[in-house]
Amino acid sequence: MKNKLISAQEAAEKIKSGSSLMYGGFIGVGTPDAIVDEIVKRAPKELTLIGNDTGKPDKGVSKLIAAGLVKKVIASHIGTNPQTGELMGKGELEVELVPQGSLAEKIRAGGFGLGGVLTPTGLGTDVAAGKQIINVDGKDYILEKALKGDVAIISGSIVDKAGNVYYKGTTRNFCPLVAAAADVVIVYAEKLVEVGEIPPENVMTPGIFVDFIVEGK
Amino acid sequence: MDAKNIIAKRAAKELKDGDIVNLGIGLPTLLTSYLDPDLDIIFQSENGILGMGDTPEVGKEDPDITNAGGAFVTVKSGAAFFDSATSFGIIRGGHVDVTVLGALQIDEQGSLASHIIPGKLVPGMGGAMDLVVGAKKVIVVTTHTAKGDAPKILHRCTLPLTAYKKVNRIITELAVIDCTPEGLVLREINANTTVDEVKRLTEADLIIPEHVGRFE
Repeated sequence: MKNKLISAQEAAEKIKSGSSLMYGGFIGVGTPDAIVDEIVKRAPKELTLIGNDTGKPDKGVSKLIAAGLVKKVIASHIGTNPQTGELMGKGELEVELVPQGSLAEKIRAGGFGLGGVLTPTGLGTDVAAGKQIINVDGKDYILEKALKGDVAIISGSIVDKAGNVYYKGTTRNFCPLVAAAADVVIVYAEKLVEVGEIPPENVMTPGIFVDFIVEGK
Repeated sequence: MDAKNIIAKRAAKELKDGDIVNLGIGLPTLLTSYLDPDLDIIFQSENGILGMGDTPEVGKEDPDITNAGGAFVTVKSGAAFFDSATSFGIIRGGHVDVTVLGALQIDEQGSLASHIIPGKLVPGMGGAMDLVVGAKKVIVVTTHTAKGDAPKILHRCTLPLTAYKKVNRIITELAVIDCTPEGLVLREINANTTVDEVKRLTEADLIIPEHVGRFE
């Protein structure tokens, strides 16, 4: 079995300037703060962030934005981190707002071999602008194209050494989706266990999606 | 009782036994204070919960169990957690009975603007656009007017739309208004106001039926 264990510093080295970084997390819950901190230290530039929101000032990916490492954000909600809106207003940060369910499906499609999804969400609003409208059996849908990332970082409550992940509570959110949609996937293991310790039916992200594991402190 | 509590108290009456309900952040969440405890209502939270419970006691918070506003919550017996694709499958797939959202503007077509004031306030739509499309009943709760009695219920929304022709009912501290294909129908008014006063504070045209109910 491949040894997937790396340090948080080594994880941060996987994120190059100009790359698209997907992340699990809902207002920071499910985002690996320890890896975010190391990315801040390493300071790659011109990142594109893809995730539900931009955390809040003390939690989640907000520190990447505060450090000036981010060129563009694709998210559904930026209200919990006021700095994102401020930088957007000043023209220093490009923000693409996507309805949350559409964002989840765009990422899912990216990971699961689909070109996109057809959704009624956003019809008649600015979200539909410039997008293809497809009529299926008399109903209109927006074509939302798939999204992929260069690297994804997620948190796992229990992770085995093969990278199988179990998520506790509401930490799951976007984690299983981004884990499938990025080329390089790094999981932060809140608790690291031996292979076989997570019952197969409790595995929520199969280890094949995970390239690297950072053991939590 | 202040306007928000009057709204929450009246809006709580909309929820029926067995309903699956998603409440927006802020004013909609206040509804839970006025619910009949005998009703079995399943609350959905778009970050991945069916069966959301109350706020935990101080000291008993679980950092891994939060609501869509990022606050600590509890879950009821029989609750389920899931990922965001499943969560919005539940929402978009028509499995949520009622969604209650706040508003910046609502109009005669049943359209809603709630997620952006260009150049000023840009929180984003979050899950609202999926909720208004997927929920069987869309209820908007809002103060009847903005600052200085500026109407929020308009002929046409001027802000970017969050929902296009999707709102079913508007509940304010002054009135209960249904959005119908014919236009906005005044169903009830607060016992302390008059139909004329509601009309004065509403820019949109209101259809006034023969019987208009009263609420406290």
